[in-house]
Amino acid sequence: MSERHVTACIDGSAYSQAVCDAAAWASLRLDIGLTFVHVIDKAGRAAESDVSGQIGLGSREHLLAELAQLDEQRARIDREQGRLMLDAACERAAADGVANAMSRQRHGALAETLVEMEPQTRLLVLGKRGETADTAHEHLGSNLERVIRSLHCPILITPPDFTAPQRIVVSFDGSRTARAMIERIANSPLFEGVECHLVFVGEASADCRKKLDEAKAALEGVCAGVTIAILEGEVESSLRAYKQSHDIDMLVMGAYGHSRIRHLLVGSTTTEMIRRAGMPVLILR
Amino acid sequence: MIQSIRQTWFSNIRADVLAGTVVALALIPEAIAFSIIAGVDPKVGLYASFCICVVIAFAGGRPGMISAATGAMALLMTTLVAEHGLQYLLAATLLTGVLQIFAGVLRLGELMRFVSRSVVTGFVNALAILIFMAQLPELTDVTWHVYAMTAAGLGIIYLFPYVPVIGRMLPSPLICILVLTGVYMASGLSINTVGDMGELPDTLPVFLWPEVPLNLETLKIILPYSIMLTVVGLMESMMTATIVDDLTDTNSDKNRECRGQGIANLGAGLLGGMAGCGMIGQSVINIKSGGRTRLSTLCAGVVLLIMVVFLSDWVSRIPMAALVAVMIMVSIGTFSWESLRDMRKHPLSTNIVMVTVVVVVVATHNLAIGVFVGVLLSSLFFANKVGRLLYIGSTESADGRGREYEVVGQVFFTSAEKFVASFDFKEALDHVRIDLRRAHFWDITAVGALDKVVLKFRREGAEVDIVGLNEASATLVDRIAVHDKPDAEKLLGGH
Repeated sequence: MSERHVTACIDGSAYSQAVCDAAAWASLRLDIGLTFVHVIDKAGRAAESDVSGQIGLGSREHLLAELAQLDEQRARIDREQGRLMLDAACERAAADGVANAMSRQRHGALAETLVEMEPQTRLLVLGKRGETADTAHEHLGSNLERVIRSLHCPILITPPDFTAPQRIVVSFDGSRTARAMIERIANSPLFEGVECHLVFVGEASADCRKKLDEAKAALEGVCAGVTIAILEGEVESSLRAYKQSHDIDMLVMGAYGHSRIRHLLVGSTTTEMIRRAGMPVLILR
Repeated sequence: MIQSIRQTWFSNIRADVLAGTVVALALIPEAIAFSIIAGVDPKVGLYASFCICVVIAFAGGRPGMISAATGAMALLMTTLVAEHGLQYLLAATLLTGVLQIFAGVLRLGELMRFVSRSVVTGFVNALAILIFMAQLPELTDVTWHVYAMTAAGLGIIYLFPYVPVIGRMLPSPLICILVLTGVYMASGLSINTVGDMGELPDTLPVFLWPEVPLNLETLKIILPYSIMLTVVGLMESMMTATIVDDLTDTNSDKNRECRGQGIANLGAGLLGGMAGCGMIGQSVINIKSGGRTRLSTLCAGVVLLIMVVFLSDWVSRIPMAALVAVMIMVSIGTFSWESLRDMRKHPLSTNIVMVTVVVVVVATHNLAIGVFVGVLLSSLFFANKVGRLLYIGSTESADGRGREYEVVGQVFFTSAEKFVASFDFKEALDHVRIDLRRAHFWDITAVGALDKVVLKFRREGAEVDIVGLNEASATLVDRIAVHDKPDAEKLLGGH
């Protein structure tokens, strides 16, 4: 299929409704199809345990038959539940204005399944956490980082509620990826008529200011007003302060720019930003 | 990366630790018993099991599979130990490790696809029979007390799980060993115990380099044993890995497993242990007890060592009858009983291969030879069956002076003679047409047969016309399904 869709990941968590709404908004704006995906991951199931420690006549075959039967029962239940979730998601999307959303269920791990579907995905929509996550509000879902690292399409991460954004912050650091990001936004109908704040955090050189001006010019064609802001201090906290003071609805940024070694030692800026955002985050590459 | 470590190690902690402990408890008697089969001190088998288990937990390709000192490998070592001693065994173990690493690097794990199901079943059945036979020396020339204890042990092992509450919570082999040791100590009978069979470990393993001369003489002695150990070790490990794949519905990396086995055997040799491989019985017990990740294998190895080193006084008092009971349980569990049941409905060739493998292994006490014979037999049966897939029909031509032959099927060394015999050369014809569009020629014998047929017709004065040479020769070259086949034309040209 040559046309690419918006792909939205549904599970039974509280985030699924926001994912539906966000996916419907994106689908209508970009005028492309919408596909809901539910991934059934068997690896999370606990194994049954019979510690009698002996094997008798035909143990191997009995064990295989028993395990296969257990798997079959659980898989059937999971699939039924998944079907219900996907139907609910399609209904909600229809209420939001997307008439013929499609749905798919796949077995396997989330990240691998999304990588398989990447060729047909123009935008991926995910909740910040899923049903297996703990209740602490700031923690990220266990799958999120892997998904973001494995995929190269744009990813929209939603908090528990979603409303169509009126004001967005585009995080700009002057790099080539940032400029590619600006170009992408400028050529897309996604943020038409939205007020855009182009934010740079750190020491702005003359070269940087020039790039900021170029970016502003590019974005002016599509957004309803572009404001440049140069902030000082730590990236995450200054951005957060800015977002609060200007009543921002969505953050747009690139991802995982720093090396993996820095990530292991220091912690990732991207992960921090997503954790503390409190609003939808769109990640562009 | 942290994610995948969490997935392969810590996703199932409680069940893994429990399963590892159960496996360790069953591994102790097995390692001791296999050392005795090989003719070395129990210390050697126990150190080997610890080392192999722990190394495979990190380096292996199949999480959840248990590898340790095994009966299949022990049986191959008996003559080496008897003739040359322990040090040569350690050297052979090191060489086995090296060869297995090569096999992993050269992706020889994929050669398993040439080993058919019936050979695998024969291997498993023969292994079970050999393990059982290895217990017989402990059961001959002994007092009735030993028989009674063995029978009681088997009773405990099989009936204990039916006890209402604790039956499923405690491993029955452990209960069997505890009860029989208690009976032995209380009654003071004079029967064989583990301590009588040789040295047990009293320290943690130390690094040892085998004391053998590093020359060609040594290599000549250990190389044949190492090759057989490599083959048997990898075969059993690959088979066990496939069984665990099926039980857990996940895939594994066979070549990584080969390399892991090699590294584990290298480690075992350097710590004074014998070579080992994957164990079918223990892996099934592990999966049954809920073990799924590498943590279960690691736990099994570590618990084994701790119990053996720190409880060695008690371990030396376990009567051999208890070990014999556990080993008989393993042998009953390893034997593939449904293969006997299925013999009635399987084709004769399958049954012949399976029985032949079992007979050859039991006769030679060498699993590698049995496997080779089995692979050879199943290949021959296969070639024979496909050789019958040849049909040649003929129709007389319109003018009555010619004939068209149509060849359908596979022409290769097995069917070449049948191919030649299907043409009627005595018929006096002006022209003959041979339609090869639905035939496949597989090798030079087939080409030679076609040459012969054409020649014979020409000698009888008939004009031969061959149709469909391109399609027929598509299977001649080693690279099948390539659109242009210049090589094939070289082979089949000139007709």
